[in-house]
Amino acid sequence: MKIRCVPFRVLILFGAVCAAVISQSPATHAQGQDRAPEYYKADIQYGAQIFASQCTACHGTSGDLIPGVNFRAGVFKRVVTDNDLRATITTGVPGTEMRPFAFGASELTGIVSYLRNMISADAKGAMIGNVGRGKELFSGAGNCATCHAINGKGPRVAPDLGDIGALRTADLIHRKLVDPGSNLLPVNRSIRAVTKDGKTINGRRLNEDTYTVQLVDEQERLISLTKSDLREFTVLKTTPMPSYKDKFSAQELADVEAYLLSLKGVK
Amino acid sequence: MMHSRRTTFLLLLSLLIPFALRAQVTSDRLLHATDEPQNWLTYSGSYASQRHSLLKQIDPSNVKNLELKWVFQAQSLQKFETTPLVIDGIMYLTQSPNDVVAVDAKTGRVFWLYHYATSPAARPCCGIVNRGLAILGDTLFMATVDAHLIAIDSKDGHAMWNVKLAEPGAGYAMTMAPLVVKDKVIVGVAGGEFGVRGFISAFEARTGKQAWKFDTIPDLDQPGHDTWRGGDWEHGGGAVWMTGSYDSELNLTYWGTGNPGPDWNAEQRPGDNLYSDSVLALDPDTGKMKWYFQFTPHDPYDYDSVQVPVLVNSNWNGAPRKLLMWGNRNGFFYVLDRVTGKFLNGKPFVKVNWASGLDATGRPIVTPQPAGATTYPGIQGATNWYSPSYSPRTGLFYISAWENYGTIFAGVKADYVEGTRFTGGANTSPIPGAENPTGTRTGPINTYTEAMGSGAVVAIDPATGDKKWKYEMHDVNTSGILTTESDLLFVGGREGYFQALDARNGTLLWKQNLGGEIIAGPMTYQVDGKQYVTIASGNGLFTFGLRE
Repeated sequence: MKIRCVPFRVLILFGAVCAAVISQSPATHAQGQDRAPEYYKADIQYGAQIFASQCTACHGTSGDLIPGVNFRAGVFKRVVTDNDLRATITTGVPGTEMRPFAFGASELTGIVSYLRNMISADAKGAMIGNVGRGKELFSGAGNCATCHAINGKGPRVAPDLGDIGALRTADLIHRKLVDPGSNLLPVNRSIRAVTKDGKTINGRRLNEDTYTVQLVDEQERLISLTKSDLREFTVLKTTPMPSYKDKFSAQELADVEAYLLSLKGVK
Repeated sequence: MMHSRRTTFLLLLSLLIPFALRAQVTSDRLLHATDEPQNWLTYSGSYASQRHSLLKQIDPSNVKNLELKWVFQAQSLQKFETTPLVIDGIMYLTQSPNDVVAVDAKTGRVFWLYHYATSPAARPCCGIVNRGLAILGDTLFMATVDAHLIAIDSKDGHAMWNVKLAEPGAGYAMTMAPLVVKDKVIVGVAGGEFGVRGFISAFEARTGKQAWKFDTIPDLDQPGHDTWRGGDWEHGGGAVWMTGSYDSELNLTYWGTGNPGPDWNAEQRPGDNLYSDSVLALDPDTGKMKWYFQFTPHDPYDYDSVQVPVLVNSNWNGAPRKLLMWGNRNGFFYVLDRVTGKFLNGKPFVKVNWASGLDATGRPIVTPQPAGATTYPGIQGATNWYSPSYSPRTGLFYISAWENYGTIFAGVKADYVEGTRFTGGANTSPIPGAENPTGTRTGPINTYTEAMGSGAVVAIDPATGDKKWKYEMHDVNTSGILTTESDLLFVGGREGYFQALDARNGTLLWKQNLGGEIIAGPMTYQVDGKQYVTIASGNGLFTFGLRE
């Protein structure tokens, strides 16, 4: 793949029509390639906007401008597996204009997902997610900042999201916003503990083993508990985070997702 | 096993004779290793591989007084999977990639270190690891990750001979502790993730000359070849990467074999794929196979059957019988007759849904799950290579298990290219957005495994296959197990705790946080009348003894 560097400023998210098509993307391993068993809609969308800003100058919007390469038709010179694709993007192709790109994991997942599904994806009707508007929604109407910190600024009741764009794929972020309880990762579960003398401790679990648990409690204190000292210990499988499926419009969701994907941590 | 009178005599004798005057490690000493429990002469403690010691100075009443005696820090950040040998007060251990270190077993201070520069072509699938040594006479034997077998002088650590078994660039590697039987050193090769053709081979201990070689995937003119289609057998796997066991009365060694290749795309290798995922009974003098038993025919799950074979002489249905016990990665616990390989009993010891049970011959009644559904046990199996233990006192078989742990398996076509991975899988976790637990812990933080599996020590009654008791762990369990004549059971785990349980009922008696994943087997020994227990954790080797 040949990619020319273009400053990456905007986030584009596809509209509902093409999303419906993309969501039907089949598991592709039947084609005999070492591919992910499934590609997710939001990742494909994220990859599409990266492709539009970073790749089209050389490869064209249809991905067929380089001789011997046609992304829509799945024709590559060297690539067989998804890992081949990632490697080509991150290391480049010596002796060609294809230079290495320093993409993070979520960006690579997006690009690979898009290239693998380009034939069924279409950038027409794409919805543009605005990082600035997303940031305003995060702090304002969404009330996200009442629980989440960004790079240490804000409360610690919920996980700091300062590097969420590097840690989570677009698909996971989208699903988290519209249905936070259904895909609550074990890593984000809260706990409730009651000591033998009746003291209740609620907090966010940081670590756990057979005999102990470490947490940050509601007063943001780091606490380590020995399980044998507890009368009750519960790992909660629900989340206090509300769903934004009906609270935000599709455009507002796209804006918040764009903002979260832009958070890559402190360099 | 009958050994109490002889054991008492030899133990008393050993206390009277200074260790400096002890003889070399003869074949006879290896044959009767359990009779000198102050030493640990083979990887599994004895040819029966019960990892059970007759020492009993440390017992349930005083185990709470265990304290750290010394630590050896490995000069490596690779996984530390070694089980040391101890011979007459000297401990011999391996550290990654292929160093041998001789230390004072009382203090941990180093006598000598042998370093072997491994070939950069080596490409072991799952870590540059080594699990230990074998000894005969004054010579130690080490198998290397670049598929060499090396003889080393135990007195000063210099190499005596070095033979290459196979091409490391093609994926051949060795990580096991060799097995010495009579005058031969026997090893097998790893490489099942690279489409190697597995084999077991014996070498003259004195010279390094190859005595025999047994291919675990049959050639064109050999029995079992018809379980492969066309040329699939040429990259059929069947690697042998754990130490076998030996019955001198039958003159048979027992070896477990690994997955067929490619690991997960069984569609491209129709047939039973012999002798993958099997136990092989081989004559140690000739390498001839007397019998085999295949645990997982046509395996699509990478259920390596490389577990250490545990030999037990016991009554079976009222009559004495030579038994072979096997806690398999596929989730079933098996009892076989080790004279003939006949299947006697088998029962799951964890959640299993790839098979509904075993038929009268021990063949699994397979129940493949629909595409996208979760298969139990998952990709790392119900257990793996970590040594189990059998206690003749309790009559129980103990195994480290991964419980309620599944994977969504998906095979993809794999093309064989020498030296590259030949696995054919796009397997995923049942937990969206979460990775499958890997064979090695990735760090000190664990906030995910309770959703995708947990660990346990499971005590199994071999007569029925039923669980007698279970000790549950939050994280999955990657540790070997040691039992002692005082009814103690020592086990580690991924969390870094080293624990002593009551072998009779699973009660926790003592624990110590060692701070690093335990992915090795505990062992015990005695020097100057004092018993020690040793375990590798993280990058350290920790030795405990009773507080004085």
